[in-house]
Amino acid sequence: MNSQHSSSRPNSSSLKSRFTLGFLRALKRLNRQPSSSSSSQPQTVSSPREMCRRYLRIRIAADASMASAVGSRRAWSRALLLKIRSRQSRSSNSSARRVSMKKKCLGEKIKKKKKLKCCKEIKKLRKFVPGGEAMDACSLLDEAGHYIRCLNTQVKVMTRIVDNYSAN
Amino acid sequence: MSGRTTRASQPTEDEIKELILKLQALLPQLNHRPNTKASASTILEETCSYIKRLHKEVGDLSQRLSQLLHDSAEFVEVDEELITRLLSNIN
Repeated sequence: MNSQHSSSRPNSSSLKSRFTLGFLRALKRLNRQPSSSSSSQPQTVSSPREMCRRYLRIRIAADASMASAVGSRRAWSRALLLKIRSRQSRSSNSSARRVSMKKKCLGEKIKKKKKLKCCKEIKKLRKFVPGGEAMDACSLLDEAGHYIRCLNTQVKVMTRIVDNYSAN
Repeated sequence: MSGRTTRASQPTEDEIKELILKLQALLPQLNHRPNTKASASTILEETCSYIKRLHKEVGDLSQRLSQLLHDSAEFVEVDEELITRLLSNIN
């Protein structure tokens, strides 16, 4: 599929393997956490709230593992990790708000510099890429490309994991 | 790839166009038809909807995983064999 991608790096699976390993470890940790009832028997019926909580934990683990696998090389992964960590440290609510406000101000400043042709679409894209609000147009497009490639990897690996565990 | 650290305050239209073309190569919907004249706004819109779709896929997979983990009491240990198997099937 992405033969170009694999030829540029000798170990193209390094990102995949880092993500896979990190995600599987996170799943293992999540699975170890005691549920609301301390009994060891698996509950067949769980409340919608519990289900939602479980889903969110896995979703966040998937995104965090992906961003960690990419590391701090990319603006989107840095932004995503920051977002996840600031959410987790709910005690410091005010600092999280300050960060998001800073980003908004920066985005506005950049917008004033030059009006681009596809301004409207670029504005829309900013919302889809983590940290997109604070990027200039060129960086946004570059980051979006890398983000899409990583999302594809994420989907492939997670599909494999799901298939693996449904088969058992 | 992103070796350009040009701090040009005004990105040229050509630079933008080049980056948008690179995006086009990543989008499966636009590559089905060999129409290389997709407008920049179309490509950007497709990019947004593609990312949205990928987000949704990740969400669905997370849902299925959470259900699977809940249903099965035991969880296979993370080991080299499992990971090799998982990764070897992904091209």
